[in-house]
Amino acid sequence: MSAAEKIDTDLEVFRAEAREWLEKNFPPSLKGRSGMMMGEDGPDASADFGKWKKTMGEKGWGTPTYPKQYGGGGLSQPQVRVLQQEMNRIGAWNPIGGMGVMMFGPTLLEYGSEEQKKKHVPGIVKGEVWWCQGYSEPGAGSDLASLRTQCVDKGDHYLVNGQKIWTSGAQFADMCFCLVRTDNTKKHEGISFLLIDMKSPGIEVRPIKLISGNSPFCETFFTDVKVPKENLMGPLNGGWTIGKRLLQFERAGLGGAPGGGGLNRGGETRSLDQVAKHYVGTGEKGRIADSDLRARVANHMMDMRAFMLTVQRSMAEAKGNSSPSFTTSIMKNAGSRIGQERAELLLEIMGSQGLGWEGEGFTRDELDTIRGWLGGKATTIYGGSAEIQNNIISKRVLGLLDHQ
Amino acid sequence: MAVLNEEQTMIRDGAKSWVQEKSPVTAFRKLRDSGNADGFDRAAWKEMAEMGWAGILIPEEFGGTGLGYLTLGLVLEETGRTLTASPLISTALTATTALLLGGNDAQKKKYLPQIAEGKLIATLAVDEGAHHAPEKIALKAEKSGSGYKLNGKKSFVLDGGTADLVIVAARTSGKPGAKGGITLFLVDAKASGVSREKLKTVDSRGVANLTFANVEVGGDAVLGAADQGDGLLESTLDRARAGLAAEMLGQAMQSFDVTLDYLKTRVQFGQVIGTFQALQHRAAKMFTDLELARSCVEGALQAIDRDANDVAQLASLAKAKVGDLVHLVSNEMVQMHGGIGMTDAHDAGLYLKRARAQEATFGGSSYHRDRYATLLGY
Repeated sequence: MSAAEKIDTDLEVFRAEAREWLEKNFPPSLKGRSGMMMGEDGPDASADFGKWKKTMGEKGWGTPTYPKQYGGGGLSQPQVRVLQQEMNRIGAWNPIGGMGVMMFGPTLLEYGSEEQKKKHVPGIVKGEVWWCQGYSEPGAGSDLASLRTQCVDKGDHYLVNGQKIWTSGAQFADMCFCLVRTDNTKKHEGISFLLIDMKSPGIEVRPIKLISGNSPFCETFFTDVKVPKENLMGPLNGGWTIGKRLLQFERAGLGGAPGGGGLNRGGETRSLDQVAKHYVGTGEKGRIADSDLRARVANHMMDMRAFMLTVQRSMAEAKGNSSPSFTTSIMKNAGSRIGQERAELLLEIMGSQGLGWEGEGFTRDELDTIRGWLGGKATTIYGGSAEIQNNIISKRVLGLLDHQ
Repeated sequence: MAVLNEEQTMIRDGAKSWVQEKSPVTAFRKLRDSGNADGFDRAAWKEMAEMGWAGILIPEEFGGTGLGYLTLGLVLEETGRTLTASPLISTALTATTALLLGGNDAQKKKYLPQIAEGKLIATLAVDEGAHHAPEKIALKAEKSGSGYKLNGKKSFVLDGGTADLVIVAARTSGKPGAKGGITLFLVDAKASGVSREKLKTVDSRGVANLTFANVEVGGDAVLGAADQGDGLLESTLDRARAGLAAEMLGQAMQSFDVTLDYLKTRVQFGQVIGTFQALQHRAAKMFTDLELARSCVEGALQAIDRDANDVAQLASLAKAKVGDLVHLVSNEMVQMHGGIGMTDAHDAGLYLKRARAQEATFGGSSYHRDRYATLLGY
């Protein structure tokens, strides 16, 4: 048996194992309900969801690539693909998610101390600890490194004072990974990466109502919050490097994954041409009746295809290495732009039927479309705005210099 | 860049160094200025054939290497970078594809080994007007004895002035604009009744208008099934479009690289102009579009190699996306270079001109957006 054949055989053994385990453990009542992770009311509270989350968490397959020693699945990329195929086959989905899994966990595995990994990874793997991101401040958006939340060394603990904004899901979070200022004399080199328990005295969370009517983000206030010294991740004043690395994981999740942030906006799940035919009607040869709209739908669908081909290509090129690179900036920009264009086109296609806010007279898809259109405006702002991504591409990828 | 095997990497690297050494942009410029009537350098074409490029699509039994479309695309990308003028597109890509897809054993034996050796220039003659429109073919082929008699015109035929073999898409039934009724014919360019008029076009490559006046061909000149050549023609064109897109991608890469280099060296207001954010963001946009277009081009070539069922969609996607790209990048090349980019001595104009000619070849971006929608049923 050749090495390649051995790998194929091993994968098939794994497939059989995964199939049997999934069939035994996935509650059929949850079939096809993906994306129920964190709604307006917090995590899905049904009994079946709780059971499924617990089982997957214990198996470690909700974080399939995390090392086994911390409770992760310890699977190879080919095994992850097989697991995904087997889940798709029966309509199963991953109940473990959120910022802990997508962003903080990978960063913790790369930069955390052994004690920190042992303490925090299992909670992420089991989906028991929900993490939020304390990055932006009212005065530090695109210029994130100008952040001012103070962190002072008090000998046996740190004392944190300041305000964070756009902290996603802070109202439900157990823990916050936070960028804080530990040296006021330097900019980037005065920032540290701190893990803060959201139940600490002195933390106040206020949800922010957005134009979409939803409140996915919060303002978070820190007043004399005591944080144990062991919660500093990486070196003192060395938080900027870690913080940037985490953003790469964030952008990879936002732009790179099919159905991730940028492309999932707009409610409607039918293909755009089907929706257009439904609302606008068809003319000669079954074409969308409005020829200008038809051309723009085609242009959009071609952009979407180009984007998906690029996702496939970058996965093939990475050869199973899932670590994000600077190309994530390209994907984040392209994905968010295409997602927004889709939402704009959908609304145009739906006409007045796309204007419903709530209540009777509108379908679920129509209501989701307008909310998605508004919510999707955030995709070119969060995770580093489109302009910041262009700065990253021109400086880090193309090697252009800073203006003097 | 797609994941390449060892052989493909070797061919790509070989093409890269040959092009730099033997066929830089100055070679194309020299060709243009010399008033070369062929539109390409025969000595260079000989070398390209010796390296096996003319036979990349041709199976070993007919004298080629049979390495496929992605591999030919790698070479085209490199030759595109320096605007190398050669019969790669007309002969090694398009005519070869028609012979491979439609030819019987005798036809393949007769022509493919000569093409692989670089001894036969061949081309496909489709369009008859200013726009790409295969369905509007009017050139008539009527039964005559055991063969056919051809009457009509073909316009803007690639290497039409030098081709030895012209594959003519003719109408054997139905009216122009009607579906069906197309037949492909293998016509000797020296046959009685064929006249050709070489055109001087903005990109200085060898295109020609051809006229067919009572041109007699035998029954064995029919390529594929008589009167049912529509599918063969479209399949051939799709492969030609994807290959041409690879050449265009190479050009766009080079225009971009040269422009980026200029942004890093040109000083105004006491600093290199690449430090200005207005230019940085336009460069980032070009780079993003380049990456997306590359995925389309490679996706189309790979789909052809594995004989996927969405080749037509992907070919239209690639041609349209890379079509938009070459215009964006070549225009920015002129704009970002400023006055120097307007001079004939600078290369920017050459890229700008070539992009226009390619837009018109085998369908422009609008044509392919419309076709994409039609293929998807809307």
